[in-house]
Amino acid sequence: MITTKIERDVRRFRKIVRGRIRDDLRKYMSSGELIGRKGKDFVSIPLPQIQLPRFRYGDNQGGVGSGDGEEGDAIGQGEEGEGDGTGKAGQAPGQHILEVDISIAELAEIMGEELELPRIEPKGERNIVAKKDKYNRIAPQGPDSLRHFRRTYKQALQRQIAAGSYNPKNPTVVPIKADMRYRSWTEDTKPERNAVIIYMMDVSGSMGAEQKEIVRMEAFWIDTWLQSQYDGLETRYIIHDASAREVDRDTFFHTRESGGTLISTAYNLCQKIIDAEYPSSEWNIYPFHFSDGDNWSGSDTRECLALLKERMLPNVNAFCYGQVESEYGSGQFYKDLDGEFGGDDADDRVILSRIDDKDAVMDSIKTFLGKGR
Amino acid sequence: MSDDLFDIRYRKGLPDELRRMQDEVEKVARNAGLDFFPVVFEMVEPEEMSMLAAYGGFPTRYPHWRFGMEFEQLQKSYVYGLSKIYEMVINTDPCYAYLMNCNAMVDQKLVMAHVYGHCDFFKNNMWFGHTNRKMIDVMANHATRVRRIIDRFGTERVEEFIDCCLSVENLIDLHGAAIKRQGNREDPIRAALRARAEAGGDPELPDAHHFKADVDRSYLDEYVNPPDEVLARRERALQKSLEPTKHPERPERDVLGFILQNAPLHGWEADILAIVREEATYFAPQGQTKIMNEGWATFWHTRLMTEKLATADEIVDFADHHAGTVAMSPYRLNPYKLGLELFRDIESRWDTGRHGREYEACDDMARKRDWFVDERGGLQKVYEVRRIYNDLQFVDAFLTEDFCRRNGFFTYGFDKTTNQYLVESTQFTEVKNKLLDQLTNFGQPIIDVVDANHDNRGELLLRHQHTGGDLKMDWAETTLKNLCRLWKRPVALETVLKGRTVRLRHDGKEPSRAWLDGKSRKKDGKKAAKA
Repeated sequence: MITTKIERDVRRFRKIVRGRIRDDLRKYMSSGELIGRKGKDFVSIPLPQIQLPRFRYGDNQGGVGSGDGEEGDAIGQGEEGEGDGTGKAGQAPGQHILEVDISIAELAEIMGEELELPRIEPKGERNIVAKKDKYNRIAPQGPDSLRHFRRTYKQALQRQIAAGSYNPKNPTVVPIKADMRYRSWTEDTKPERNAVIIYMMDVSGSMGAEQKEIVRMEAFWIDTWLQSQYDGLETRYIIHDASAREVDRDTFFHTRESGGTLISTAYNLCQKIIDAEYPSSEWNIYPFHFSDGDNWSGSDTRECLALLKERMLPNVNAFCYGQVESEYGSGQFYKDLDGEFGGDDADDRVILSRIDDKDAVMDSIKTFLGKGR
Repeated sequence: MSDDLFDIRYRKGLPDELRRMQDEVEKVARNAGLDFFPVVFEMVEPEEMSMLAAYGGFPTRYPHWRFGMEFEQLQKSYVYGLSKIYEMVINTDPCYAYLMNCNAMVDQKLVMAHVYGHCDFFKNNMWFGHTNRKMIDVMANHATRVRRIIDRFGTERVEEFIDCCLSVENLIDLHGAAIKRQGNREDPIRAALRARAEAGGDPELPDAHHFKADVDRSYLDEYVNPPDEVLARRERALQKSLEPTKHPERPERDVLGFILQNAPLHGWEADILAIVREEATYFAPQGQTKIMNEGWATFWHTRLMTEKLATADEIVDFADHHAGTVAMSPYRLNPYKLGLELFRDIESRWDTGRHGREYEACDDMARKRDWFVDERGGLQKVYEVRRIYNDLQFVDAFLTEDFCRRNGFFTYGFDKTTNQYLVESTQFTEVKNKLLDQLTNFGQPIIDVVDANHDNRGELLLRHQHTGGDLKMDWAETTLKNLCRLWKRPVALETVLKGRTVRLRHDGKEPSRAWLDGKSRKKDGKKAAKA
């Protein structure tokens, strides 16, 4: 398509906006916005703009409008920095505007660029076909809740004009049953690639608030990226100490237990969930495990390794282990995993990362997602 | 070009149905008296439309980030359903116009009728007379030139320079194409004096008759040219001849042209500046005739659609679309609506003889209301208006008090205390003055080069003709900085700030200000503090 011609300019502009190049231009940048409408709410869509300086008159020049204005009537709110000399007033007051700082898709794109993440090739033929209803038709029948007011009105107007019952002096338009128009759908089938992330976290006493904060950050970026790569994304959460249980997202990030650590309990539960709900022929599966690296016993570790090797790895895209360093953790589990799966004949389905502090989160994301699995 | 050949060369891409539609619209437009270049319609997808619009309607432009920015804005606002470009047409021969492929048939018909209106305007309005109708090729050549320069000198360096040029692209002479300004032609008396001085002679004054004003009746001579006054004039001329000559001799409006001729630019820099100036000059008439051009196209699309083109089942959809085009908001003057109403008003006034001295002078409201002289000159008049006017003259000549009242125009201004825009006045003179203000020089400040050797230091001095509004100071200072990059020496600008004359100066590193109104010759700015 022709559009590719302008892509170079678009890329250049985005780089400037993100401050990668031409720092001199950033001071002319304003965060413009488009005001869109989503149902009853107004949505603000961010729209960075760079205006080159030129000789021009100051802001808030005023202008000429038309309507039922009397002297002294207010017609609109002023805005900071608004006005391009032609006298444009701000938005009318009293709107409720939701801020969309930056869309998730855009965020993922920036992240992908920053970390130079490869796009993920969904594995094998494991794509399923999904049906989706799209409301893109108009039908003469339907429920009242889907009535298309504008189309109905137009239909009635046309009928009245044709029948000669329309009076321009008294333009009342009354729709009858035959005029009614309703929104209707078509069924759309398209291949859908789905992914599931299963987060597992050690919530034993040694994982403090700071460690959980790091996990939260990791999870946010992982979600963001994988969401941009798949049509459907599900997330599941498992917490464990000496025993494991599945929880919701909120509980996952805010639970603190005490007691020992048996990692195998989490892996077993994870495998159970995969077996029961996520056949690997239809799903791209990503188990993520975060812990401070302590396990109760060497025998439990051996159980974990065996489970991973024999049952979990054949079915997943990647198994990721993030070791959040804490004062109390020995970090032994990382070494155990590295010993089993690392080295010369490394299994590249197993991805390990050590996260020392918040600053290391981005590097660790790059490690996890940089392989494009 | 024969019709067949035209078809083969230009219309291959258009579906049959639209091709038939184009034939029909074209015939109807021609019969209505419109006169246009051949029109080439192209079907484009929304994304292509956004791209073309970002490029100002042209398929190829030189690489620059601002096209990317505009594309993003248009594309985003299309994707989020906030705006949609129905049509675009460019001033070339043949005239290229783009149709959006997702528009309904009735929309396409309307757009075609609208395009023929624009095309007639491009061809016949005299303000477009100087534009290059092969601009597609010119733009493509510009793109190639800039790309080559980038290959040699690097993106960063070239882009920075383009930004500097764009920052002053509004400093061109809008009337330059039509007027030969006296600019740098030397005063003949002065030339004679100089020639004599150069020949080694005394700068002795030429004969007295050189300083006499022309008189057609000899008995008036001693009143018009009293001997003392003639001597005084001689004396003044002598004084003037001893002053160092200024360059430019008269203020020069075409700042870009002046810099191009006089600044020590590198070859590639001059090339880019010339490109920016040429493109700005090409686009200028579109800014000068926005109200007229859109008004004219709208005037014709409604007329052609309602009288000839629209079928019974299309008329409601047409009316719906048209209503959207001419909708008014309290904050913004819709050029489509204003232009359309003015053209209609002109037509009806010249049809019924409601113009001229007798009509204007009539005080009897009842008589004025029922005024009717069967002139039927309306259509002829609108055609004349579209040929010789631009927006400024159009509004000045045809926006009447009656028209202003009927349309409920008012002026608004910004009220700092309430942070709101308030309606200031519904008075006709206020409204009209404000409108004319906004249309003069596109509502942009008028700035001339007055001295290329300011302070005898090779600095460039510009002067802003202050007409009420103060300049936006921080912008003015950075613009001066960009000008330094072009002029390669400090640049100064005289303007008025809060009622006081001030000279802004930028030496490429930092700005400074000097107050010139003599009341207190206080200087400020970092530069002055150091000195």
